[in-house]
This record gives sequence, structure tokens and C-alpha cells, in this order.
Amino acid sequence: MPQAPIVTDYSFVGSFFIFGIVFVAAAFIISWMLRPNDPNAVKTAPYECGEIVKGNSRVQFNVSYYLVALLFVIFDIEALFLIPWAVVFRQLGMISYIEMMAFIFILLIGLFYAWKKGIFQWQ
Amino acid sequence: MFTLLNLTNMITTGIAVLGFIAISAMFLIWWERKVSAHIQTRLGPMRVGWHGILQSVADAIKLLLKEDIRPAGADKLVWWLAPFFVVVPSVMAFATIPFGKTLIPKDLNIGVLYILAVSSVCVLGVFMAGWGSNNKYSLLGGIRAAAQIISYEVPLILSMITVVMYANTLSMQKIVESQSHSWNILHPNLALAGLIYITSATAEVNRAPFDIPEAESELVAGFHTEYSGMKFAMFFIGEYTNLFIISAIATTLFFGGWKGPLLPGVIWFLIKTYSIIYILMWIRWTFPRLRVDQLMGFAWKFLTPISFLNLAIAGWLLL
Repeated sequence: MPQAPIVTDYSFVGSFFIFGIVFVAAAFIISWMLRPNDPNAVKTAPYECGEIVKGNSRVQFNVSYYLVALLFVIFDIEALFLIPWAVVFRQLGMISYIEMMAFIFILLIGLFYAWKKGIFQWQ
Repeated sequence: MFTLLNLTNMITTGIAVLGFIAISAMFLIWWERKVSAHIQTRLGPMRVGWHGILQSVADAIKLLLKEDIRPAGADKLVWWLAPFFVVVPSVMAFATIPFGKTLIPKDLNIGVLYILAVSSVCVLGVFMAGWGSNNKYSLLGGIRAAAQIISYEVPLILSMITVVMYANTLSMQKIVESQSHSWNILHPNLALAGLIYITSATAEVNRAPFDIPEAESELVAGFHTEYSGMKFAMFFIGEYTNLFIISAIATTLFFGGWKGPLLPGVIWFLIKTYSIIYILMWIRWTFPRLRVDQLMGFAWKFLTPISFLNLAIAGWLLL
């Protein structure tokens, strides 16, 4: 059965997922059984250095964070294409190298454009 | 085939890894406190055990007995799930870390990709903690952490791809085998990749000089300001487990993994990994913190272009 190693390999990975959850859950359950539980309004107030809380906590933040996230998505997907290429590029030869460099070059132009547009200038 | 033997194997490996994570995290917390103390000409913890070596055990028991305070107005489910999203991926990343020639939980043929995929889930947990806490410091810390981790992920992945280009495989064990003659770090091209890797990995785990997400002097503790008791302990364990993982990956990819003369592989692996951790601690307690815009600028304007250039040169040399 050629499928067998994949099943055992990934059931192993799945077991690590379960062990991770068990690890955290066990710690929470043990602590839940042992700890005191006595909340009151002062205790549960959000921490603002001891001052009385002002306004909503979900404050507005700089738009640059969104732009950085967008930029990340582009480069992360590019990395997804680069990984399989990096494994086999010696067999594929010079053509694939030139193609990949053209691909990277186009993305770098995008990065340079974002740079000139001032994404990294934070006010 | 799925047999009883596989199941026993799975359970013993799982328990061994969880034990290792707990002990390693407690040891690293003590060690970090000692290193920071000695760098600042203090003594650090001295009372509990020999040179305070049991301090972390005492802290763990204390945190276990602490009341768990949920801030008013918190997004309950998100706030409660965040510690899982930080710890579970770091446990999962252990599945393919090669401690020795046969001492590897499972040598996946896509090891590098698997570790990258799993460990990038941590950013979700950090952001969930920041958002769910209903606290301005937490939200700002969470957003900063998310922006920082994703920005440094790009040069991190690119430097790992450069190693993959030389090794022609994604399996962690085969990457170690490919360094039988000399370590990757001794190769000029990969030395640059290693430097980029260490820099971005330091930023990935939010350590100084890249620790703006939890800058104590401006954000209290960042995304985990509102966490107490065992949930806070989980963020701590997650942080130090991630520190171990990035150093273990650095050992595997650049410093020859478990290979070394005389001593058994696992000893060499641990010596190399803990030496890298020591250097990261040294950096943390020596350098000042960067500003947010300097940090983003450094990732996008400097590290990303230079790692692309490095990748292009590596490809050119290999063909």
C-alpha cells in the first residue's frame, strides 16, 4: 500500500495536535479546581494604570497596519510558489531560474512602488 | 498501517515532548532571569534551591493557585481560546524537529514547510488575545505583534528557502545529512541567510531589540496585560517554547543539527540549541528597543530586498 506512510505520518501530526490541546486543557482544569473565584466590579475592570476606564477599548489604529498585512499576503503567496521550485530547480535548469527571477522582479517593483507611496512612513 | 505499536509509539512520544516542553520552558525562564541579572550586575533569584534553580517551579505552583480574572466586556470565546492558539502550534512544531539520528518524532518529507505553516498560527493567538481582552494596551500590543510577526515572516521564509535550494529537500533530517562535510553557516551565501534568519526569528518571538509588542514602558505587557493565573502561564510557556523552536531550527538548518564528534547526537543538538538561545538572551539584555516605524522599515526596506538578492545569487551559483 503506497498510501500507508502518509496515513501514519499525518496521524502522528494529528496526535501532536491532540496532545497540545490536552496539555493546555489539563492545566486549565487543574487550576480551575484549585484556584479561588471571587470576581467583583473593581477586579474585572480593564487595566488602565489604575485610572477609571475612558471610552471604548476597541480604539482606531493606524491604517498602515492594513497595508502591511496586504503586502504580506502577496509575499507569502510568492513564498508558497518558491518552496516547491527551490526543491527541484536544479533539475529544471536555467529556464526556470530566469522565469522565477522575472516573477520575483515583478513583485519587487510592487514593493518599490509601495515604498515610494510612503507605506513605511508612519505619522 | 495503523497498529497498536504505532499508537503506543505516538503516546510515548507525545508525553516525552510535553515533558520536555514543560521542563525546558521552566529552565529557560530561570536561565533568562539569571542571565539578565548578571548582565545588570545583580544576582537574580537566589532563595529557592541552589542559585534559585527551583524558582520557576515555585512560580508555576503560584500561578496554578492564582485567581483567573476575566476583564469586563471581554470577547469571552476569543479571550478564552487565545492561549490554545499560542501553545498548540508550538507543541505541533516539535513533530518534526530532529534531536538525533533516530530521535525525531516524525521525519516528514515536507518538514520545513510544515514547521513554517504550523508556527505561523501563533500570530492568530497573539492577535486574539489583544482583541479579546477589551483593553487598549492589549489591542495596540496585539496589532503591533501581528504586523511585526508577518513582516519578518517574509525574510525568514526566504532565508529558509535559500537553505532548501542547497539541500534540495524539505525534510529536516536530510538537511542535517547534507551538512555532513561542513556546516551551512560556513558557506558565504548561507551565512548571510543564517544572519537574516536569526534577525527575523528574534523579531518573530517578540524579543528585544524587536519587543515593541510588549514594550513594558509604553504598553504595560502588551497583548497579555489582562491575563492572569494559568492563562498567563500558557503565554509564557508558548513564548519560551517558540524560543526553543527557532533556535532548534537554526541549529538544524545552519549549524549541522545533531552532527558532531565523540558525544551522542542529542547532546550536540542541545549544546548548539542552548548556545543559540544564550546568544539571543545576550542580545535581548544588551540592545535598546526600536520604534515601530524603524522596525517595519528594517523588515521591508532592508531585510526583504537583501534576502531576495541572496536567493538570486544562490540560484545563479548553483546552476
